Amino acid sequence: MTTASSAGWHRSRRALPGLPLTLGITLTYLSLLVLIPLAGLFFRASGLGLSGLWATLTSQRVLHALQLSFGGALVAAALDAVFGAIVAWTLVRYEFPGRRILHSMIDLPFALPTAVAGIALTALYAPNGWLGAPLAKLGINVAYTPIGVILAMTFISLPFAVRTLEPVLADLSKQYEEAAATLGASRLQTVARVVFPAVLPALLTGTALAFARAVGEYGSIIFIAGNLPNVSEIAPLLIMIRLEEFDYAGATAIACAMLVLSFFILLAINALQAWNRRMASA
Amino acid sequence: MEPTDGQRMSIIVDRSAGSATTERAPVRWLLIAITIAFLSLFLLLPLLEVFVQAFSEGVKVYFAALSDKEALSAIRLTLITAAFAVFFNTIFGICAAWAITNFQFRGKNLLITLIDLPFSVSPVIAGLVFLLLLGSRSPLGSWLSEHGLKIMFATPGLVIATIFVTLPFVARELIPLMQAQGTSEEQAAATLGASGWRTFWHVTLPNIRWGLLYGILLCNARAMGEFGAVSVVSGHIRGMSNTMPLQVEILYNDYHFAAAFAIASLLAFLSFLTLGARSLLERKHGDELAGTRGMA
Amino acid sequence: MKIAIEKLSKRFGNVDALAAIDLVVESGELVALLGPSGSGKTTLLRTIAGLETSDDGRILLGDIDATRLSVQERRVGFVFQQYALFKQMNVIDNVTFGLRVRKLRDRPDKAEIGRRGQKLLDLVQLSDLAARYPNQLSGGQRQRVALARALAIEPRVLLLDEPFGALDAKIRKELRIWLRELHDSIGYTTLFVTHDQEEALDLADRVVVMNRGRIEQVDTPEGIRQRPASAFVADFVDSSHSIG
Repeated sequence: MTTASSAGWHRSRRALPGLPLTLGITLTYLSLLVLIPLAGLFFRASGLGLSGLWATLTSQRVLHALQLSFGGALVAAALDAVFGAIVAWTLVRYEFPGRRILHSMIDLPFALPTAVAGIALTALYAPNGWLGAPLAKLGINVAYTPIGVILAMTFISLPFAVRTLEPVLADLSKQYEEAAATLGASRLQTVARVVFPAVLPALLTGTALAFARAVGEYGSIIFIAGNLPNVSEIAPLLIMIRLEEFDYAGATAIACAMLVLSFFILLAINALQAWNRRMASA
Repeated sequence: MEPTDGQRMSIIVDRSAGSATTERAPVRWLLIAITIAFLSLFLLLPLLEVFVQAFSEGVKVYFAALSDKEALSAIRLTLITAAFAVFFNTIFGICAAWAITNFQFRGKNLLITLIDLPFSVSPVIAGLVFLLLLGSRSPLGSWLSEHGLKIMFATPGLVIATIFVTLPFVARELIPLMQAQGTSEEQAAATLGASGWRTFWHVTLPNIRWGLLYGILLCNARAMGEFGAVSVVSGHIRGMSNTMPLQVEILYNDYHFAAAFAIASLLAFLSFLTLGARSLLERKHGDELAGTRGMA
Repeated sequence: MKIAIEKLSKRFGNVDALAAIDLVVESGELVALLGPSGSGKTTLLRTIAGLETSDDGRILLGDIDATRLSVQERRVGFVFQQYALFKQMNVIDNVTFGLRVRKLRDRPDKAEIGRRGQKLLDLVQLSDLAARYPNQLSGGQRQRVALARALAIEPRVLLLDEPFGALDAKIRKELRIWLRELHDSIGYTTLFVTHDQEEALDLADRVVVMNRGRIEQVDTPEGIRQRPASAFVADFVDSSHSIG
């Protein structure tokens, strides 16, 4: 944009040029690629009518798939929170050989294509796999069960839990822990009463992100799940199946249900975080 | 705040502080052991599995799988799709970051939320959404097919779906970075008479180049690995070109395990490159990257 | 309680942070550790508290050899420069923290803890702020909460790290007077670190001037002013305005 002296009112308001162009591109792009397509989805769904939607969504297979996707994601997010906390703490606070390598590996599930993760996990946990075999001997079947689904979800979402927690832990000034120690708190008390509340918001955020990712995950799960209806069939897969049956209405219904449910859950988590922030802003 | 001596990006904590702030040795070793065991079992093993399986039928089969005609066209298609996605999303990301950083307007938060939206949508739903919009059953879709434009179940559809799924990556990296860097340099350039384009090119770009590169790397990695959305949009029509992830699925479902893992190993290499580049960028230009601070 | 430091040494890498320090602080004294940055004054304070471990020498608190005691066991009250108030807890919970983490057999009951907390808040003149959170307090108020928190554990000694460093000049002066009065009324042995010579000379019973890990002079404020023991002390104290 040249500095030609136009009489536009906006010129005198802004020091920097480019707002109309960049904002225009941004909004157009978003509208074309995000807003309109998503609106189209809900528009189509509304065409089914409430009773039609309800009938589709309350069929047993759909209900089960939704339960598995959301329930499994919840369990996976919780597992990621626990292990993610341990991993983040260890990586941030301790020095040990291999630390740097492990640290950069955390992002592997994020960087690895989902289909690759999917077949790799399947090979690993199949009844004759490196981990699947010993687990089978213990009576634990991973592949083709909900356990496999949750495992894959935990795998794919781990980076979110760790990476959200790490910077907060690293930035936490040691003074708080020192203060607690001078006041007589044991190490455990300090971690539980001082450190944990301080990093809780980040932990919640990480868990929320892990959950959101796991709910919609497809590629890394469908191989290990075995996709048995009413057993290990996740909602995204059911959408895919409906599409292949040309039951667009059914697919749309499930998709909308997923979006709406996710929206409310994330809203709740946002509220939780806002409450937490109010308590702790310095 | 404790003075951090410009080691803001270092996550190794100063341990010259006394034992007031560390656990007893047995606890430390236990946590370290758990971490190493967990990460090795959970992350390393699957990775190893890819390569072991890829070579399970021998090196010849491995290379045969990679030079197979279908494999090569899958590689080509993946590269093309990713190139388009990265190209368009980079332009978008720069525009969005420029608008958000340098100007005040209502609805900024809403805008940022919208940009993040594709992140929270399942890739299958992403594919579905475009199928509904542009598939032959929709008004738009039938108009397209009347004019001989094949979008869905063809390459353009794959590209669009991939663009949607990877839309946020560059923007999410640039927005916090540019916000952290502030607008003072750009404003200085403006007072010196520079046009918007020159300001961006000579002032902003040098400051954001590592963050931009990082965002592009992530966008590319995700674009090449995208599976769910392209799965919907490709319709699984045999004989139609597939991207590498789709090809992996097809080979796997046909029980050509070694071949599937062979192509998967290529994708795995790609993720190594991405992770390695990330590490390098973090190490050398850590303070010029916003995205290293968590993935939120 | 008397503090006795004998030949205390600490090295960071190649640098002598503390070089065989000998110092005695009599019970009930208010003593300043004065010096430029890098002089070792903060290191000395933190080592007394147990936040740093010494390489050599002894620290005696009263009759007790505290050299090998952990931070928790030393029962020293420490006020950090940035106060380090626990952000997620309100004022009364901050103040009573030290009482609430005590082992069961040493812990007073809840009502008693609450009473003691309130008494301390009265002492530092923040009686009405019990339910507030640190982010709702001014700098001066946070400082006083930090002090009350340290006093709650009935410490053997009180250690203050640049207590007024983060406050602006006017508040600093007011709090200085207030701290002196508080000290006179409760009588804890108090050691505080400062780089502001006006503050040290104004507030303390005795001043310890440190430089590069060594003690240059220990004397009353008049002694420091009128009979500087070395060129460094003379120089350091000579500037008629505070260095802060």
